[in-house]
Order: sequence, then structure tokens, then C-alpha cells
Amino acid sequence: MSIKLNALFSDSYMDISQYRDQDFKGNRYEQEKLLKQSCSLYVGNLSFYTTEEQVHELFSKSGDVKRIVIGLDKVKKTACGFCFVEYYTRADAEHAMRFINGTRLDDRIIRTDWDAGFKEGRQFGRGKSGGQVRDEYRQDYDPARGGYGKLDPTNVIFTTGT
Amino acid sequence: MSRRRHSDESDAGSQPHKRRRTSEPIEIEDRLESLICRVGEKSTSSLESNLEGLAGVLEADLPNYKSKILRILCAVARLLPEKLAVYTTLVGLLNARNYNFGGEFVEAMIRQLKETLKSNLYSEAVYLVRFLSDLVNCHVIAAPSMVAMFENFVSVTQEEDIPQVRSDWYVYVVLSSLPWVGKELYEKKDVEMDRLLNQIEGYLKRRQKTHVPMLQVWTAEKPHPQEEYLDCLWAQVQKLKKDRWQERHILRPYIAFDSVLCEALQHNLPPFTPPAHSDDAVYPMPHVVFRMFDYTDAPEGPVMPGSHSVERFVIEENLHCIIKSHWRERKTCAAQLLSYPGKNKIPLNYHIVEVIFGELFQLPSPPHIDVMYTALLIELCKLQPGSLPQVLAQATEMMYMRLDTMNTTCIDRLLNWFSHHLSNFQFRWSWDDWADCLTQDIEKPKPKFVKEVLDKCMRLSYHQRIVDIVPPSFSALIPADPVCSYKYGEEADSSLPGLAMATTVGNAIKNRASNEEILIVLKDVPNPNQDDDDDGGDGFNPLKIEVFLQTLLHLAAKSFSHSFSALAKFHEVLKTLTDSDEGKLHILRVLYEFWRNHPQMISVLVDKLIRTQIVDCAAVANWIFSPEMAHDFTRFYVWEILHSTIRKMNKHVQKIQKELDEAKVKLEKQHNKKASITDTNTSDMTKDDNLFFFQRFIMLLTEHLVRCETSGVDINTTWYKNCIERLQQIFLMHHVIIQQYMGTLENLLFTAELDHHILAVYQQFCALQL
Repeated sequence: MSIKLNALFSDSYMDISQYRDQDFKGNRYEQEKLLKQSCSLYVGNLSFYTTEEQVHELFSKSGDVKRIVIGLDKVKKTACGFCFVEYYTRADAEHAMRFINGTRLDDRIIRTDWDAGFKEGRQFGRGKSGGQVRDEYRQDYDPARGGYGKLDPTNVIFTTGT
Repeated sequence: MSRRRHSDESDAGSQPHKRRRTSEPIEIEDRLESLICRVGEKSTSSLESNLEGLAGVLEADLPNYKSKILRILCAVARLLPEKLAVYTTLVGLLNARNYNFGGEFVEAMIRQLKETLKSNLYSEAVYLVRFLSDLVNCHVIAAPSMVAMFENFVSVTQEEDIPQVRSDWYVYVVLSSLPWVGKELYEKKDVEMDRLLNQIEGYLKRRQKTHVPMLQVWTAEKPHPQEEYLDCLWAQVQKLKKDRWQERHILRPYIAFDSVLCEALQHNLPPFTPPAHSDDAVYPMPHVVFRMFDYTDAPEGPVMPGSHSVERFVIEENLHCIIKSHWRERKTCAAQLLSYPGKNKIPLNYHIVEVIFGELFQLPSPPHIDVMYTALLIELCKLQPGSLPQVLAQATEMMYMRLDTMNTTCIDRLLNWFSHHLSNFQFRWSWDDWADCLTQDIEKPKPKFVKEVLDKCMRLSYHQRIVDIVPPSFSALIPADPVCSYKYGEEADSSLPGLAMATTVGNAIKNRASNEEILIVLKDVPNPNQDDDDDGGDGFNPLKIEVFLQTLLHLAAKSFSHSFSALAKFHEVLKTLTDSDEGKLHILRVLYEFWRNHPQMISVLVDKLIRTQIVDCAAVANWIFSPEMAHDFTRFYVWEILHSTIRKMNKHVQKIQKELDEAKVKLEKQHNKKASITDTNTSDMTKDDNLFFFQRFIMLLTEHLVRCETSGVDINTTWYKNCIERLQQIFLMHHVIIQQYMGTLENLLFTAELDHHILAVYQQFCALQL
């Protein structure tokens, strides 16, 4: 009886994104398999001041949260604007992807993405300065994310000519 | 739809892909599915010409793809009820071109109807019957045979010893098809239809409506009565009949094709006997129609159809169907809702907001997860920034005004939604408009609501933010700054018992003492409850618990993670200290004392303590119902904790039951005979814990009722309303599990000797499934 009418009832908020963790120990196929079963989410574009409590309150709206790991600057060991949220069940994580991704936390639109699973070390930013890579090259001023990007915009490498 | 090519598999690494179970999609079948599903969507051509074109294409494909086309059409009938008439028109056109196909389609639909009924898919069955009845309008099905099917449905009301919800459903399915087909059926068979409606009327008069109070969002009749769904539908059908079945809202593409369709030969529905009742059958629960707006609320533009107009029914049905189809994709859902056909003739934003809140407040539970509605409303605000936010604000204001009579469970959902919504809009709200709540007793619904909203807003932001967003006059309602209360701190009185020990323990923890070492240190803590030492001082010692836990929590107060780590690290110590029931209760008391300004922290730590089995559900129940917690009994966070506890308990038991069942199956397979494991009746486990909650409620409520009676005071205090609705809430939120041991509840607790106010709650709950 039941054909699913795939053409119609898409669930695109659930799709895995293009991002693949370069440090993942395993091949692409293995990573994708984990992403498709995962109960863990990466959460990005947080303010540096957003607390674990705030993250917990928001993400509890889609189900019981098992664990939150706040992302840290590798050098300063302070929050650097991302975290991981792990649920007990996949279904709860799916609801977060559908209904919390793209909404606001601390007045900022946050972005969630499937994560293959937390491993020790992944809580640290991978930018050269210690924070996230995106903050290395960012040229706008974002007071909630340490102000300007790490690379000095007046640096000679950005200027053309000699 | 992706088509895997062989090269994908070779990239996959050592493990081959597991093929999907469904058959490999072929391009043409995909195209057919897409064409059929998308007909009627935004197009440069008219709907009629699109339908005409599609009918031609499908007719040409019938020789090769007939079964696929049949299956797709049956599926859209079942899954896309909001486009009902588009597809019945399509089927009508196909039938006109190919009579045999029409007959096969009808047969396939009947088969599908039987299957959905067998599988307890009652809402889908309603859509199928409605589809069949609209096929009468398309000259595919002969009217008399449809009337005959309806007669068979209504005769279910004559069956004996059936649950009321069964006959309810069969009556509902007939009534809810009449907006589409009433006119045609009356034109052809008015005598039979009158008889049918009389039978229905008689049934509706004699059926029980005990369940209604439990399902109403507001207890007040004004301004909008919360009507039982069958009563409302009956009134709507009566009015439609009075209007001689003239119905102008439903989009009927088949009218444009009348000349073609009336040439077609019709089919007779085969006689359809409703499947007999079985114990497996799970009929839909009754519901109450949610109304919050009427024609006076939309200030300009089109008028809102009246509550007993059939247009109102059709609009609400269609909007519910759209949400049901698209809830997973909030952008699509919002777009589909806003492009509702016929939107220019109705105040669509008001209908949408009403339907959404109707679902959010539905009792026992909303059709979809609560947070979906928040996300959907945000999307709608994005798509209609000039109009929808105003309607939403108006709705919020109206609901605030009517908090006094709103069901407590619905108030919970409202405050959750409102605080989350505000957090997406910089907490902008005209708080001064609600200044009336400041002069009321803080336990009254309005100030209580504002207080709980601000508490929730704070959880999503931080204390100073809340101070900044409300006018200074609201300061009494601002939540406490969520700091901890360490009793052994610097300001502690030097004579405080355990003070020195707290320092010792604190230093030990800082010096990375092990669990054993801590326990040794704690041995020296005197027991205020005992004069002589018992062996090793291992009995319940409240001072030990206080000294250790206060100090530990203080050291770990920085964040949730710090506290979780601390509890995990010293799990052994905690387990030892809480070996007894008193120990478990005391640890909760100490936790509360320490974090009483930070309810969110209490909530997450209680959760951890349960999950790590340091406390059990009975301890949580004891603690919540204890006299010390009486002042917080009506606070939202307490109920969050309680319901979370019950849920964990039920999940745990279900998990064990599942493991037991699987082990049994495994064992049977191995031994090739019936397993003779003694079947632990796991339902006893939940039963006992749940019984405990009910017991405590009954005690609490009875005390109140007796006290009021003896002092001649009215029982209906704010506290009483809150408490009795919390009892209802336990039933409603956990009804799936509770329904499994109704017999025990009735025999042990909800007996005839119980005060009738309390018993009424139980009886209303029973009525939901009768």
C-alpha cells in the first residue's frame, strides 16, 4: 500500500551538509555513515559569551540533551563560539536540525550540522590563533566574537602591488 | 531522487552499500510521480489546463504504467487531502477517457481503505472516504452507492458493547464528507439522507460527553465556547443543510469540466462493511474544537466565517492537513499555508494563527513536537512581516487576558512558546500593557505567567538582560539572580555544625582525593540524629550529606559540565551516602537548598542524579510532595522535573520490557520451544511508581477539600485549580503508559469513596477511550 511519494515529503533540514571534518580518522564513506546515524550536532556562530546553560535550555526543546561540549580557544581555553550538542536519540537530534537550526540564540542566528561524534581534542578551535578558522580570515567587526578577525586587515599581504 | 550509479559504489571503500529495499526507481516513474504530485502548484497556465494536459499524458501512459499510476493516485488521495478536489477531478477526467481505469481505481481505493482501517490509520481513512465521496461529484461513483456506504457506517452506532470512540469515528467520517458531497447526495437520495441524518442526530443526543472538560483549553464558555468536535460538526452540517447545501469555499476544478464528466459512466461502490471491532483497534481520541477568533477580531478585510459555518470547518481541515504534510520543512509549510487557495476571501493570517495554537494547545498532546510550532510561526512572520506579527501579538494579548480560565497544561505550553519566540525577537514586548498583573497576588495566573515567562527568558539569555527589558515596575516578577547559596562560606556563623569539616572536605577534593579517601574523611562527621555511634556510622547522616554535597556543588558551581563532572567523579561517595530512602530524599533537599535561585540547575542535576541512580523516582516524588516544597509546588520548574522523571521512568521500563521480549525470542529460537523464563511483570514497576504520584496527589487534594469544607470556604482557590489540573496533566501526558493499568488505579485509588471532585478527573480520563 504505502509508497512514500518521495517527490513531495522532503525533509531537507535533515540532510548532511558539504562539510567534512578533515581530521576525521577514516574515509569519506565512514564519515558519512556516522553522520547519517549520529545523535550529535555541531553548533556554530555562537557568541563567545553564550553559556552552556543557554545552549542547554534551547536545545532541550527538541529532546533530552545528553551532553554539551563548549568549543574552546586552543590557546586561551575560553569559549570561541561553537559547541557540540549530543542527544540520547537520533530523533531528538533530527528535531533540532529541523526547528532549532537557523533560529536565534543570544540574538544570533545559529547553525547546526550533523557531527560524526565527539572525540577528545575536537573541542578546540583549529585556527592558527587558537580560535575557529572562520575567525582567522573574517574581515567584519563582530563584538560577540572577539571583534575583528585575527589576521590584521591592514597587513601587507592583503594589499595589491608591492 | 538520486539514482545511484555504479561508480558511487566503488568510491565507498571496503564495505559495499546496502541497497535500499524499494525497487530501483526508473526515470519515467519518477517523472509520473512528480507530475502528479505537483499538479496544481504555481504555474503560468491555469489549473484546468494543467489538469487537462496531465490527464492526456496519463491516459497515454496507462498501457505501460497503469499499476504505478494507480498507486500514485491512491497515495495522493491518502496523503494530500488538502488537494483533494484537484485529484478527484483528475481521476474524473481519466475515468471519462477510460472507464476500466476508473473502475480499477475505485477498487484500489476500497482495498486501501480496508488496509488503513486495519492498521489504525484513522485520519488517513477519513481522507480516503472524503475522496470517494468527492468522486461522486466527478461522476466516477454513483451517488446511491455512496449513500449505501454511509448507511453502513452509520449503522455502527447500533452495535453493542463497542467503545464510543468507534461509533464516533464512523459518524465523523460521514459528517465530515458532507461539505463536499452533501448537495449531490441530497439531490439524488434525499429520503435516505434525511433518515441517515436523523439516525446521527439520535446518536449524538445519547452519546456520553464526560471527556469534554478534560480537553478544553479554557473552562469559560465566553467569548468562544470550546465545543466537542462532533457537536460542532453537527451544527455546521445542520447550517449547511439549512442553506440547501450551498457551499462556496471549496475549490472544485471539476465544475469547469462538467460537460466532459457528465458524459462519463459511473461505477458503483462495492458494498462495504465496516471491519468488526477488535481489541487491537485504536480509534482516534475525541477532541475539542479550538476557537480563539471570530469575525469581530479581524479589523479590516474579509470577514472570518462563523464558528458553525461549514467554511470554517473546511478551512481548518485544510490548514491542519497542510501542517500534517509539511511540518518537517518549516519554510515549505509556511509558504504552503500562506498560499492557501481562496485566501483572498478569508482573513487567512487569523485562521493560520488559530489553527497553529489549536494544535499547540491540543490535549492530551499536540500532533507534533512543540518547538515545531515556534519555528513555523517565526517563518510565517518572516514571510508576512507586515501583517502576521500583529496578528500574533493580538493573539498573545487575548490569551493573556484569558489566563484565569486557561488549562494549566496549556499555560505551560503558552509560556514556553512565548519566551522562546521573544528570544528570537530581542525580547521586544510591550510589558507595560500587562501592568494590571502587578497589582494582583503573585500566585494568580497573570502575574504567575509573567514571572514564569521571565524565568524562561532568563534561561535563554542572562539575568541582567531581563532586568533591562522589563520596566522597573515589574521588578517583583523578575527572577532571582541564579547564584548558589553556600552555607559554609566565609559569612557562615562559626558555630555552624560541619563548618570545619566542610573546609577539610573541600581541601581534600581540591587535592584530588579519591572516593575512599573522602569517605574516610567523612567518617568524622557526627550524626545529629543519633546519640550513640552505630557501626562505622554508615546509617543515614544528614550532616554528612550536607557537608559533602554543599562543598562539592560549590566547587563545581561554574557550569553544568563542572557539576556533572563532580557528580560523576564522586559517584561512589554519593551512592554510599544515599543508600537509604531518607538519604535519597535528603540529597535532593540539600541540592535544592544550594541551588534554590537557579531552578534550571536543580532540574539538570536531578536528571543526572536519576540517570546515575543516586536517587530514584520515588525519592523525587517524595521531595516534590514534601511540605518543604509546598511553596514551590505551583512553579513551572517543579513540573518540568516531575514530568521528566516520569518520562525517564517509563522509558526505562519500556527498555527493560523490550530487552526481556528480545531475550525471550532469542531463547525460544535457540531452544526451539516456548521459553519458560518467569516473566517479570515490568508493568508492575512503572505502576508502583506512578501509583505513588497519584497517591500523593489524592492526599494533597483531599486535605485541601476537607479543610475547605470544615471551614466553610470555597474550594476553588487558585492553588486548587492549579493542583487539580496538574493531576489531569499527569494522566494526559503519560496516558499511553497509564492506560495499561487502569484496573489497578480503579481498584486501589480511584474508588467510589473518593471525593467526587478528584474522582471526576479519573472518570473524564477514562471517557477518552470509551
